[in-house]
Amino acid sequence: MAKMNLLQAVNNALITVMEKDERAMVFGEDVGHFGGVFRATSNLQQKFGKGRCFNTPLTEQGIIGFANGLASQGATAIAEIQFSDYIFPAFDQIINETAKWRYRSGGQFSCGSLTIRTPYGGGIAGGHYHSQSPEAFFAHIPGMKVVIPRNPKQAKGLLIASIRDDNPVLFMEPKKIYRASVGEVPEDDYELPLGKADVVTTGSDITLLAWGAQVEVIEKAAQMAKKDGISCEIIDLQSILPWDAEAVCQSVYKTGRLLINHEAPLTGGFASEIAATVQQECFLYLEAPIARVCGLDTPYPLAHEKEYMPDHLKTYEAIKRTLDY
Amino acid sequence: MKQKTQASTQQPQDRDHLLGIKATNEVNIIKNGLVDIPMLQLLDEQGKEINKSHSPKLTKTEALKIFQSMTFTRLLDDRMVGAQRQGRISFYLASKGEEGSIVASAAALESQDMIMSQYREQGTLVYRGYTTDQFMNQMFSNKLDPNKGRQMPIHYGDKKLNFMTISSPLGTQIPQAAGYAYGQKMAGQPAITICYFGEGASSEGDFHAGLNMAAVLKCPVIFFCRNNGYAISTPVEEQFAGDGIASRGIGYGVPTIRVDGNDVLAVYAATQEARALALSENCPVLIEAMTYRLAAHSTSDDPSGYRSKDEEARWQLKDPILRFQRYLDLKGWYDEKAMNSYIEKSRDAILVSLKKAEQVAINPLSDIIEDVYDTPPWHLKKQLDELEAHVAKYPDEYPKTAGR
Repeated sequence: MAKMNLLQAVNNALITVMEKDERAMVFGEDVGHFGGVFRATSNLQQKFGKGRCFNTPLTEQGIIGFANGLASQGATAIAEIQFSDYIFPAFDQIINETAKWRYRSGGQFSCGSLTIRTPYGGGIAGGHYHSQSPEAFFAHIPGMKVVIPRNPKQAKGLLIASIRDDNPVLFMEPKKIYRASVGEVPEDDYELPLGKADVVTTGSDITLLAWGAQVEVIEKAAQMAKKDGISCEIIDLQSILPWDAEAVCQSVYKTGRLLINHEAPLTGGFASEIAATVQQECFLYLEAPIARVCGLDTPYPLAHEKEYMPDHLKTYEAIKRTLDY
Repeated sequence: MKQKTQASTQQPQDRDHLLGIKATNEVNIIKNGLVDIPMLQLLDEQGKEINKSHSPKLTKTEALKIFQSMTFTRLLDDRMVGAQRQGRISFYLASKGEEGSIVASAAALESQDMIMSQYREQGTLVYRGYTTDQFMNQMFSNKLDPNKGRQMPIHYGDKKLNFMTISSPLGTQIPQAAGYAYGQKMAGQPAITICYFGEGASSEGDFHAGLNMAAVLKCPVIFFCRNNGYAISTPVEEQFAGDGIASRGIGYGVPTIRVDGNDVLAVYAATQEARALALSENCPVLIEAMTYRLAAHSTSDDPSGYRSKDEEARWQLKDPILRFQRYLDLKGWYDEKAMNSYIEKSRDAILVSLKKAEQVAINPLSDIIEDVYDTPPWHLKKQLDELEAHVAKYPDEYPKTAGR
């Protein structure tokens, strides 16, 4: 075990993969000698050479187009989009190409060996172009997997699994906690399963569900609720697509209540999909309406960042409302 | 931390991005570009070699294979446009007038080279030996199609022939080809990628992204632009204001050549040279083939609405098949009787194959969730169960899949 922050865990995962897989290549804007604007790719070029870790021109659609071709050729392509706010020029390549490659060719070709890493989320005074959480857009694309870790240990295990998974994966990294989240991380090679939620804390009165940086927010709210005698079950969804409906529903059968928290705007956010499925599967078990504590339906604000965020206080209030329903 | 110390020992490089830029004291706005890009022509319109010492070395066997592939492509196109008109297939897209560019470029490649096409390059598949049955199975979306009937007609794909499955969005294959070629280079393969697209698709952002990436990242790829004068109905003067597509290659630092796309010898020679250069220098090469789409864009449009009959007639005279036939004739390689018999045989084979393919069933319903992922996840299985139960309840409404 070694103490690492989330960035170091990502870096360590990339090194772990690249040491074993000679066909693994890391590329994107500034990821080369400089090691990326957040330093997630530090030392990769020095260690593995310019052929396997390289800067690309500043073109997100080009990066993902290139990545699709590289992956379909059989290489392990690990592309970085510097901020998820800038992934949209690559939207066509991801939706129409990456995700449909295997299907349209009847399984003859695929982009299964592609992983797209991108930092997402707010809390860094980044305003509306350095703070967005676009996971719901990608949850709507058959053929993609979407994975989000909450801490260094999950980040390393989930990233290695994402790279080795034979499907294209969008790996979204919560940049707010890149350095703030520090923990013990196994130094060896390990994978955590994709498509599986992680029950962080068991409880009996209400299920709190979040992913990425919001997991610690719901943990904080649960601490507050505990003082009121409310027992919260905390689940980190980890995989947005495919998501672990079974784990969430099992929890709701037990607690009868569900609160979903995400940073992205409320309308059309992934909480909507979860709520629809849970009311379908757990209708007779529900003691209260499913609560959503999310971002507002506004662009991500700069000056009002604190007010916008679905923080522990908003979550705590929603827990109480749900219990009092 | 150990990693940090390592990074700090690396000295940043010293660069000067003004190096090689000369200064001037005249205000001189460049209006017409600095280079006139000529068009390589080795056969005149009568099929005569313009300068024999520049002609590529083409054996009789090779020349006849090119000619037969061009001829077969046209026969297939004619028949399938007819089949679409009869309502037997939903859509078709002919390559009439462009067979010279398409087949001659494919002929200059090696079989290990990857072809990433746009959608009008069926001639490359003909050249590589895709069978009539394979064409038909794809177009009828039946269960024998390796793409499992999931795509509109003409969206071929064949791993064995190194022909990447076609997708409809325009130009997306351009940066992909850069990536594919980079992968070939890194794997140490003696192979390149050829990427076809039209002058219309060259307006897409992917064109610019792809050429720039390929140049910067030194990818052994040939970008083959078929400048056929029209993007559906939009003529080139409404598509771009510069000197065609070739001038852009020069702007991106991509070695570039413009050729007469209706001249088989010119296309062959340029592609052969481009391949050698791409492989030896690890660089992209852009070929702009000047040609003309004698056909409609697809079976969904009628060219009489956007171009004159006279214009079409002028280009009929430049027909690449006719020009190459004259060349073969001058060489003494053209055997009219043998060729007529080849045409007859091919026509029959196409008809037989068409009738056969339209009788073959589509894939069973369960295939609907296959190949979305490597294995179907829980939610797809659940959706299939619900769909199968529904189809079983109304079998007469879903006759293609009910009871299978």
